[in-house]
Amino acid sequence: MTAPVLEVKGLRVHFALDEGVVRAVDGVSFTVEASQVVGIVGESGCGKSVTMKAALQIVEPPGRIVGGEILWRRDGGPAIDLAQLSPKGAAMRAIRGAEIALIPQEPMAAFSPVHTVGDQIVEALRLHERQWRPAGSPLSRGEARAMTVDLFKSVGISMPDQRVDAYPWQLSGGLRQRAMIAMALSCKPRLLIADEPTTAIDVTTQAQILNLLRDLQRRHGTAIVFITHDLGVIAQMARRVVVMYLGRVMEQGPVDRIFHAPAHPYTRALLKSIPSVHSTPRTLLPTITGSIPHPLGRPRGCPFHPRCPDAIPGVCTERVPALRPVSPEQLASCFLHSPDEAEPA
Amino acid sequence: MSTTEERISVASNWRLVWWRFRRHRLAVLSALVLAVLYAVVLVPDFASTHDPEATDARLAFMPIQRLHLFDGWRLAPWVPAVTGKRNPTTLRMEWRIDEGRKIPVRFFVAGQPYRLLGIVPARVHLLGAAAAEDRERVHLFGTDRLGRDQWSRLVYGTRTSMTIGLTAVTLSVILGVVLGGISGYIGGLADVVIQRLIDLLQALPTIPVWLALTAALPRDWSPQQVFLAITVILSLVGWTTLGREVRGRFLALREEDFVLAAELAGVSRRRIIVRHMVPTFLSHIIATSTLAIPAMIISETSLSFLGLGIRPPAISWGVLLQEAQNIQTVALAPWLLIPGAVVILSVLAFNLVGDGLRDAADPYSQ
Amino acid sequence: MTRFVLKRLLLLPVLLFVFSVAVFAIVQAPPGDFLTTYVATLASSGSSISAEQIAALRQEFGLDQPVWIQYLKWMQNLLSGNLGLSLEYQRPNAELIGERLVLTVVLALFAFAITWIVAIPAGIYSAMHPRSVFDYVLTLLNYVGVATPNFLLALVLMWVAFAYFGLSATGLFSPDLVDAPWSAARVVDLLKHVWLPAVVLGVAGTARLTRVMRANLLDELNKPYVTTARAKGLSEWRLVLRYPARLALNPLVSTIGWYLPLLFSGSLIVATVMNLPNIGPLLLRALINQDMYLAGSILLIYCFLTIVGTLISDILLAWLDPRIRIEEG
Repeated sequence: MTAPVLEVKGLRVHFALDEGVVRAVDGVSFTVEASQVVGIVGESGCGKSVTMKAALQIVEPPGRIVGGEILWRRDGGPAIDLAQLSPKGAAMRAIRGAEIALIPQEPMAAFSPVHTVGDQIVEALRLHERQWRPAGSPLSRGEARAMTVDLFKSVGISMPDQRVDAYPWQLSGGLRQRAMIAMALSCKPRLLIADEPTTAIDVTTQAQILNLLRDLQRRHGTAIVFITHDLGVIAQMARRVVVMYLGRVMEQGPVDRIFHAPAHPYTRALLKSIPSVHSTPRTLLPTITGSIPHPLGRPRGCPFHPRCPDAIPGVCTERVPALRPVSPEQLASCFLHSPDEAEPA
Repeated sequence: MSTTEERISVASNWRLVWWRFRRHRLAVLSALVLAVLYAVVLVPDFASTHDPEATDARLAFMPIQRLHLFDGWRLAPWVPAVTGKRNPTTLRMEWRIDEGRKIPVRFFVAGQPYRLLGIVPARVHLLGAAAAEDRERVHLFGTDRLGRDQWSRLVYGTRTSMTIGLTAVTLSVILGVVLGGISGYIGGLADVVIQRLIDLLQALPTIPVWLALTAALPRDWSPQQVFLAITVILSLVGWTTLGREVRGRFLALREEDFVLAAELAGVSRRRIIVRHMVPTFLSHIIATSTLAIPAMIISETSLSFLGLGIRPPAISWGVLLQEAQNIQTVALAPWLLIPGAVVILSVLAFNLVGDGLRDAADPYSQ
Repeated sequence: MTRFVLKRLLLLPVLLFVFSVAVFAIVQAPPGDFLTTYVATLASSGSSISAEQIAALRQEFGLDQPVWIQYLKWMQNLLSGNLGLSLEYQRPNAELIGERLVLTVVLALFAFAITWIVAIPAGIYSAMHPRSVFDYVLTLLNYVGVATPNFLLALVLMWVAFAYFGLSATGLFSPDLVDAPWSAARVVDLLKHVWLPAVVLGVAGTARLTRVMRANLLDELNKPYVTTARAKGLSEWRLVLRYPARLALNPLVSTIGWYLPLLFSGSLIVATVMNLPNIGPLLLRALINQDMYLAGSILLIYCFLTIVGTLISDILLAWLDPRIRIEEG
């Protein structure tokens, strides 16, 4: 089996605020295989975005990676720990865009309003020329433009010739998202991070974008990390799922197992709270009791225990469960399944 | 919910603003400075040591007598005495600080009688020499070319300058809110007229217009009339920015649902404006007007300095700085520039407080 | 875009007309006229003038006509390019204004250049390194700079130069070259003297500009498109300068138009303190003496500059920001 393309081990990202330290990511581990689609799902504030931003070293200050490793493997090469690279250094900058690309949240605002979309894509092409086109003469303007038009075609943008010269605010939401995808894929990255790509667009466009991403993934063999709070999208797109809560991984595993045989109480509760055509009409929609605690008021022990229907008093309130296998390829951090496996204090 | 969150959720808007303001330590410090300055405004007679207009040409250009709080180890405030010798060639008095001779000074001494706030007769002054015969010899900030005590003049000048700033801005705010409100809420012809007026006034170059208007004031007006006129002139040109902003706010608010709801419920227009719309941006107006005061103060100071604003014998910071126009004079008596430092201090304080208020009043920041 | 510009240009004469009325009213506002002040000055210096002479002068200067006729005469002259005669100096206004206008413009341009060259990089650096020592020091300087009236700064600088260096920093030329005709030597002399007044004039503007640039840039740095650019792999400096800095600059560029007339006005006060042969002192005297055609002409020039300045700002802003350009048509 080929080595995973991205391996996150015990990542910790803390934000030092005036009021205290917010442990946004507090010991997260998961892997992404080559060409695989992994979905990270969780409620707002669980740290899913921050985890992937850490991989690109673009976490906003006062956030800092304070522990763990992010191992990145190029084709047949040794693993580099991205967490050790300097955020502003040349090594990290070479990886950004060319090897790991980001499709950010809010495509509405993700493009600069005073440059054309074409210009912004050509900039990416030019920047990483040496990487996706190591042997070859420098890119000419005509070539760059032709490439951009091709990219637009491949993401399904109609009238690509005109659209290349458009300003972002002249395009509809769906077109902007496609342009963003084109830009992310322009330098042929090995890993694509899609941060809530469907949150800000309507359902019809959402379906189209998802289809597009799936198509592109198959064609180019890019691995994708899909960040979303929408379980439906995960079911459609992902092979493996990582469920996060309050900066920790609650459960991870193949999408089938997670959806049909969830091991962690949190995952179970999440799945139960999805409204479904098949549920009995006129019954209360089950919700998870309580609310997400304030980031500065993390509960002791397992982060989910105040809202967990199966919490074991004395155990779940004192120690943090470690992520352990509960079935082939499925891991959960819950004392119900691994009563003796706690995180070292 | 934690107790902190609970307190936040039930606090009224004003308390929230106050709590947010309190967190800007610099702003709070500046507010204290302003409070001290305005306290001086209220009781200038108390704070001064001499009659600000008493001249004595023999005592011209006396240097600063620095106030020392400790005599050795005791808490006994004193100032050094000053001896003078007439220079035989220039025939000018040359003063020397005599650190050896100390004039003891006390706080809250009885001095010249005056009327506190214009009503209550009183004799107590903030500061003065302990011995009655030494009283005339204590000049904390030196004297000017006519032998007038600079400390006392500064105190009275502070009163004038700070008051003008405040009243001019108050007038501007009234004009701005009323005209901007009419323009924004009622719209129609009134809106068009007022908008054109604002455009016109904003297109006029401010300083030349101020110069022209203040130069137009008759030379024989009393200081009070001049004071009033300056205030009016400053505010006439200054209200436009606020007016435009208020108009914008009213225009936006007019479309808001809560206004529509009030109208549908039959609330009268006036009540809608006063009780529903204005409170939403009142804190913002206060912040903006606080930031507008420094401009007024600098304008008045500059105009008075040129001889166009407040004129002698009235005293303001600008009038005081007129004495420092001449480089040779300043080289001889640098303490004449102290009013300038007070100008900078007050403007700085207003800016910091205004910034703090503006950040605190903005409901979207944190 | 051209429609936009044309519309504003057509409005120009209308505005000027309205302003001319306002200006004339202001100049005429003080009681009495030029002659009353003239007579008073003569009286205080001991000489006197007979009533017939006064009447004759009054007629000669046209001061016996009703105000609106005086205004019409002025308008008539203006439209034929004649700025009138100065009552005090008895020279054509155009001459008086002309030589000083050039110097005023030179001074303003220097102050403007100094301001922008210092403020923009400082603001950018400050926003990129918030809460650093540099940022704190700069913020402090900014606050103090905005709080200092420019005449006070002029006084303090002149005093320091005089008391500690023995320099006399008044005027724009050395004494021997003051009235000389233009030559290379005179230009060099001007350059040697202009930088101090330019700094004084520019300080408040620099402070304000730095603060605004820093605030704007800080706002922009939080926006999503900056994250996208960073995620593309751009280096910090390149990305800041190309994206958020450009956007942060836009509102500032629109203030250029305001700034130039402000510089002209600001130079009024500084010029009086530092004895510069500017329009400032000329205007002041004209206002106090009610030399109405001179004062009126100068004020009108200021209005004209202000309107043109605003127009330039709007054009620049539209040119820089495609959102405005394309929407305006």
